[in-house]
Amino acid sequence: MSNVLAVAHKELKSYFASPIAYIVLGFFALMYGFFFYSLLLYFDRQGMQGGPAVNVNEQLIRPVFLNATVIFLFVLPMVTMRTYAEEKRSGTMELLLTAPLTDLQIILGKFLGAMGLFVSMLALSLVHMGVVFWKGNPEVMPVVTTYLGLILMGGCFVSLGLLISSLTKNQIVAGMATFGVFLMLWVINWIASFAGPTMQAVLNYLSITDHLDDFTKGIIDTKHVVYYVSFITFGLFLTARSVDTERWRG
Amino acid sequence: MIEVEHLTKRYGPFTAVNDVSFTVEKGEILGFLGPNGAGKTTTMRVLTGYMPATEGRARVAGFDVVDQPIEAKRRTGYLPETPPLYTDMTVRDYLTFCARIKGVGRGERAARVNAAMERTRVADMAERHCGKLSKGYRQRVGLAQALLSNPEVLILDEPTAGLDPKQIIETRKLIKELAGDHTVVLSTHILPEVSQTCQRVVIINKGKVVAVDTPDNLTSRLRGSESLFMQVDSRGEDAAATLGGLDGVTGVTVTEVKDGLTALEVASLTGRDIRSELAAAVVGRGWGLLELRPMRMSLEDVFLTLTTVEADAPATTTEAA
Repeated sequence: MSNVLAVAHKELKSYFASPIAYIVLGFFALMYGFFFYSLLLYFDRQGMQGGPAVNVNEQLIRPVFLNATVIFLFVLPMVTMRTYAEEKRSGTMELLLTAPLTDLQIILGKFLGAMGLFVSMLALSLVHMGVVFWKGNPEVMPVVTTYLGLILMGGCFVSLGLLISSLTKNQIVAGMATFGVFLMLWVINWIASFAGPTMQAVLNYLSITDHLDDFTKGIIDTKHVVYYVSFITFGLFLTARSVDTERWRG
Repeated sequence: MIEVEHLTKRYGPFTAVNDVSFTVEKGEILGFLGPNGAGKTTTMRVLTGYMPATEGRARVAGFDVVDQPIEAKRRTGYLPETPPLYTDMTVRDYLTFCARIKGVGRGERAARVNAAMERTRVADMAERHCGKLSKGYRQRVGLAQALLSNPEVLILDEPTAGLDPKQIIETRKLIKELAGDHTVVLSTHILPEVSQTCQRVVIINKGKVVAVDTPDNLTSRLRGSESLFMQVDSRGEDAAATLGGLDGVTGVTVTEVKDGLTALEVASLTGRDIRSELAAAVVGRGWGLLELRPMRMSLEDVFLTLTTVEADAPATTTEAA
């Protein structure tokens, strides 16, 4: 465990030693702030017009977070693209693989390091949430479950990003490929309504965003937890296989 | 301390290392010599557990590098061909991280890092980013990294590459100091380095070991016998015949006769020093002895002979021995 933390600490430190962490945090702060502001204006107008009782959870917090997930699509490839590609290109992979560490410790360390940056990014949104709780009176549970769902979803993206980064020496290739795969998982259920019943279920199940919906409503359904956790585990498992294959190929 | 048995590594159809076997005793410095692409780096990568061998086994400090990789790696310090530095970390942060993953305890880390920096003379760059260092400093920070955990075995892939002459001398001195407590395997293609630092040499060519011996033995062995070069003023008499008749002399070749001086190559039985007999014979006849010196192949000659002659090179070596 101490080895995992050593690698995680190094990863996190190198994000902050390079411009990546600041670009990621800055971009998120900007985009999230904009989403929050525009949806707040919209919510405000609905409140002014009267009509059915407005619900701050349903009509502000939930749409803000669902919109914010699109930011992950752009920033997470930047976070994960260098994890393995950079180590392979600069030769530091040789340091890690000849140190008394297991492959699993290295992978988990890298996963935790990237998740650390992801969670710090997510933490920026606590400021806006603070304002909502200060001025309004939303329910706490849906907010907590939303954060849980977002962390699980981010974990899926990170594990997939690690896998793709472990397949190449080129960061740009890793970044673009990761973005492409993320986008595909994002939109895969768009064609669901045109597919047959079985295919429809499969496509909806594969869609990474579809599983977030219940979390934003304050529901923790084991079905979705299992989906996310198995997605993460499978991604990390394939990364381990990929690193091992690389060893044999040299 | 290091045992390599029938090690073979293939990359697809290409055989990088072919049935390599050798052992290194505790405290010894072994030089790994060979032209570029001979399989030196591949062998070292197998020894350090970076990659598995296709066939054969390697044991470091008694631990198999495949079956007990963590134990073996704990006892090995490795400087790869390109120093594995994180360019965005300072030298101190980098070494501290390395110490941590090598299992150096929290309390000892700072002291170990400082000691390694002192030994490799990089302490003045401690707060500099690794990416901003010159080639010589990078190489030495890489060496500091290998020394951190005070490992029993050090595997150094071209430790003096990119250093200036002064740093080369310092580094060689450091490596010599390390022997005794540590077992060192170093690769190089700089020949004087091997004769200066190593107790034993493995010459490898096209993935095969062509010779294993001490640098001294290698140079004499390849000639098959001891040879002496002489220059004699024999005052018109036949020097070759006289010297050829001496006990222990196996052959005399006249290489040059010029201005009444005869230059000769005298071969003798291996392990027998006949210099005083030769001198006595020359002086006894009233001739002038102008020069008498042993003829040796330089390591360079040995290296070229072994690596440029194709497949039959090992056979020649064995015959000569």
